[in-house]
Parts: sequence; C-alpha cells; structure tokens
Amino acid sequence: MTAAAKKEIVTLDDMTGQIRAVSDDTNIKPYTINFGPQHPAAHGVLRLILEMNGEVVERADPHIGLLHRGTEKLIEYKTYLQALPYFDRLDYVSPMNQEHCFALAVEKLLGITPPPRAQYIRVLFMELTRILNHILNITTYALDVGAITPALWGFEEREKGMEFYDRVCGARLHANYIRPGGVNMDMPKGLAEDMWAWCESFGKVIDDLEGLLTENRVFKQRTVGIGVVSKEQALDWGFTGPMLRASGVAWDLRKSQPYDVYEKMDFDIPVGKTGDCYARYVVRMEEMRQSLKIMRQCLKDMPGGPVKVDDYKVVPPPREEMKRSMEALIHHFKLFTEGYHVPAGETYTAVEAPKGEFGVYLVADGTNRPYKCHIRAPGFAHLAGLDFMSRGHMLADTVSIIGSMDIVFGEIDR
Amino acid sequence: MSRKVPTEAMTALAAKIAEKFSFAVTGTSFAQDELVIHAKAPEIAMLLSALRDDVETALTQLIDVTAVDWPTKADRFEVVYQLLSLRYNVRVRVKITTDEDTPVPSVVKVFSSALWMEREVWDMYGITFEGNPDLRRILTDYGFEGHPLRKDFPLTGFVELRYDEAQARVVYEPVKLTQDFRMFDNMSPWEAMTTVQLPGDEKATKQKTGTVDYRAIARAREGGAQ
Repeated sequence: MTAAAKKEIVTLDDMTGQIRAVSDDTNIKPYTINFGPQHPAAHGVLRLILEMNGEVVERADPHIGLLHRGTEKLIEYKTYLQALPYFDRLDYVSPMNQEHCFALAVEKLLGITPPPRAQYIRVLFMELTRILNHILNITTYALDVGAITPALWGFEEREKGMEFYDRVCGARLHANYIRPGGVNMDMPKGLAEDMWAWCESFGKVIDDLEGLLTENRVFKQRTVGIGVVSKEQALDWGFTGPMLRASGVAWDLRKSQPYDVYEKMDFDIPVGKTGDCYARYVVRMEEMRQSLKIMRQCLKDMPGGPVKVDDYKVVPPPREEMKRSMEALIHHFKLFTEGYHVPAGETYTAVEAPKGEFGVYLVADGTNRPYKCHIRAPGFAHLAGLDFMSRGHMLADTVSIIGSMDIVFGEIDR
Repeated sequence: MSRKVPTEAMTALAAKIAEKFSFAVTGTSFAQDELVIHAKAPEIAMLLSALRDDVETALTQLIDVTAVDWPTKADRFEVVYQLLSLRYNVRVRVKITTDEDTPVPSVVKVFSSALWMEREVWDMYGITFEGNPDLRRILTDYGFEGHPLRKDFPLTGFVELRYDEAQARVVYEPVKLTQDFRMFDNMSPWEAMTTVQLPGDEKATKQKTGTVDYRAIARAREGGAQ
C-alpha cells in the first residue's frame, strides 16, 4: 500500500491556483509530496514520497532503484578481471575502495597476498580516496544548507587529488587500478614527491573549510540537533562508518579488522558524541586529517620491490617478457580470454570505505566466473534509516539529513 | 596457496553456538576462517534475536541479507545473513534454505536493517518474507515482472523501453536483440582446473604452481644452443 493511496493528494484549484481546502474545519491537512528524482538536494536520483503535516514530515518513503544497472547479475557473466571495473561504477566518488574490497575477496579465495609495496600503494590511495570523498560530501552538503564557498574551494583540491588518480592509472574516476594480486602498475616517477607536497598543503585547506563551516551560525542552525541517531538505533539499522561513529560507537574496520598494511599505521578514530548531522560533519572533517596522517606514513615508509604477485597464472607477465617468451605470451592470452580459475569457496570480505562498511559476498564455484557476487553498500542501510531520522523534522531538515548521510546512488542501486 | 584457517576462539565459538542454540542450529562449518551457521528456516528470527542478546555472542549488527540461487537443489535458495559483533570483533554468517514457495520468517522485528534488505532479496530472488510489513519491490522498475538474480532469468531481461516520439511517452516493448546474445565460454578443459585432479597430474601439484621463471628458461635455452 503506497502512501499516496492511503491519503488524498492535495491539488491546486484549476481556476484560482489556490490550494484546495479539503477538510472543512482547517485549511491545513496532511498531504503527500514528491521530492525528486531530479532534484539537486537529492544527491542523485532519489525519489522521496513525503507525507507532510504542514511543514513537518510524518513519513518519508524513499523510492530507489532509478540507477539500477544490474551490476550483480552482470558480474556473474564476467571473468574475475572483467568484473573489477564494475566496482568503480558503484560509488563513483570512492572508486578505489570498492576495487580494493573485491580484490581482497578474490585474493582470499585464491590464497595470495600482494607484495608490500602494492599494499602500501593501496593504502595510500585508499586514504586519498577517503579525502576526496569527504571533500565532495562536506562541500555539497554545505551547498544544500546554504553555503556556496566550500564547494568552490573544495572542488579545486578534489581536482588535484584526481590528477594523482590520473597519473597512477590514466583515469580521473574509473581507475581499474587495484587488481587481485596487487596493483596494475607501479607509481610513475615523481608522483610520490608531488603527493607529499600536496599532503603538506592540504592541511591548510581543511583549516579553511573548518573556518567557513564549523562555527558558522547558519550551518550550525541547520545541523545541530537534526537527525539525531542514538547508539542503539545506529546498530539496529546497520549503520556503519561515519554514521555509526558520529553516534558514539568507536568502530572502524581499519583498526578492528585491519587489512593490507593498516595495522602498521598510526592514526586515530574520531568518534562523535551527539549523533546529529553536525557530529557527522565533524567526524568526517577529522577523518580527513587522520587520512592525511596515514598518507604521509605510507609515502615515508613505502618499500621498493614488485607491485604484483609473482604468479603469472593470476597477473599478466610484463610486456617485455611477452616479446621474448612464448610461455609469457600464452599466459597473457589465457588471462585475458579465459581468465584465472578461482577455487570453489565463499567469502564475505569488508573494507572501511569512506561511507561505511563496503562488503563483497563472493561465491566461487571453481570456474573463471563468480557464481554469485553480492555487494553490501553502506548507503543502502543508511538510506533505509531516512524514514525514522526525518520523522518530526521540517522538510528542509530532511535535505540536511540526506546531505549528512553521504549517499551516492551508484552503490545504493547497484 | 595459503588458505586461512579458523582460530581456536572461532572454533570454540562455533561449538558453543551449536550447543547453546541447538533448537535452531543444524550445523556449523568454516569457509576458510569465516564461521558459517546452518539453521532451520522457521526458527531464524528466534535464532538471530538469541545471538544478538546472548552475552557470549553479542552479534548486535545485521550487516547484510542476501540469497544464493542453486537451481539444481531441492531447496533452491540459500538465504544468507551476515552478522557482526562489535564487542567481540567477530563476524558470523547464518544460512537457511528455502524453495520458491515457502516463505521465510522476517527478522525485521529483531533487526530494523532487515527491512530493506529483505525487500531487496524479495525483489531479486522472489523469496517471500513472512511478517515483513513493507514487502514491495525496491530496486527494479515500477511494474517489473520476474526476479532478475535468479539463475533462470536471462541477462538481457524481457522488456526494453524507449522514448516514443509519436506517443510522446516512454514505451515498454519485448527485448529485440540486433544480434543473438553470445556467451563466450573460454573455459579450457586441461588447464587451471581447481576441483578435478587429472590422472598423471599428481606430480605437478608438488611444484610451486604458477610461478615460471621465463628468464631462466630462456637463459638455459640460449646456453644450450651455443
């Protein structure tokens, strides 16, 4: 039973353009409005059916799936290597984190471990991606609640970060860089130095953004005490990432279930106290600083050596060898036609993506294609909580709550 | 190949769960180091709430619900629940099986996060969840028919849509493929088989699989030619 069917929809009087009063005793009656799917504050293609009582939201019913592309079905028809680029296209704001998750899942089933240099490069780019994701979220969020300058300043920095993406893999967004068994290729010369220089300067940008927002009166009026989520609610609704930490739960997979070289890194987990939109903003701000710290450690401690495992059944041999060796050529050909076979088994592998716990449930049947690949997107669980979070708030606060959730429809609709 | 093995604590936990919740648990197994609990479908809500509230498990978060379709099995669907304990830092996977017609009890009353996840499983696999208050389709189009992640659902689907200039609206039509759907099966029968041991291959498994030092081979070959 949809909301629209239960309650009458208010209509404009054709003649006068006035809202037609349906009830005799009052002019205001509960009504249903449609928000989106094309709306700048919907952060994508979110269609919200809001049952309103005047300006107050009584029930929010998100209609999702407008960006559903059948990723999970498509992956079942692709080899493991061909499936990887689909992960860039889920949460297109943090592509590498998702590739990382899939790569870790395949590596677990294959029983291989990438060499240390590859692990450092991965963690370096994970944290760069986290910063880029948080810049986008915080600045567009600020845009939603009335501040334009952060978006102008933040996107310039985001562009610099995406140049690093470009230099390491040749694409600004859809990287396809982190492969099972390592990374596609080594970092080009000079990139580490340039990233270090960027790390040195980026702290100032965070300070500037904080100067614009953290104590800003309008920003605080729009966010403090809005969309409060208690600890119990956050756990009950399956919230993860900054959404969970802002509610006072100290939980981060990078600390509690470390993967790659996260256990060697020294960083803190910011935890919010109030669980409102403002706390989520503050947690993300602090996470950016911690990410910078991790990036510096990665750049400082990065060892030399290979960036892929030494197993040509899984990663392609170097091009130079293909010119000379028949076996290398055969391996290359087999890898890019048949692909590698993954032993039968299953795994649920999760990483701490910028938005929360991103997980892949991979079932392999011993062939060259996944039998089943389920993608656990953090935003899916968060958006499910929109209903209880926005009840009793004003319509404008719903926009604020959506902004603080950091939703991207690529991952929610899959 | 280094396969992960379960830790002692996890094996102990598996035994504990099997004993304590024997009313619902039919068995436990490990997928590498990940604990899988096989449960009776009608008891699933009871089991999840017991696992959540028990101090020794404290699996307080339902991270994910999904299903796997095995069309050849009598109970075709496997419904998979991923649970997480923040207190013990433990992940547990609970599995139940069902067929196309038998509904599964909903766990929405235990974990609110199941509300949408069950909707998604219903949408994608057509498994009904008894007691879910809002079992509408979630990811597919309004008025969609069929359950796309079932193995017998074709990749291309059944309908396609386009904007019709004459009618000035989007029209739905049966899928017309300009060329036949092709599925390149590049599986080779003699290499990289991971489940079958061909006669005569016993010796090969003793070597380190996969790694070939091409340079050494080339050097040896060049040396031999001289």
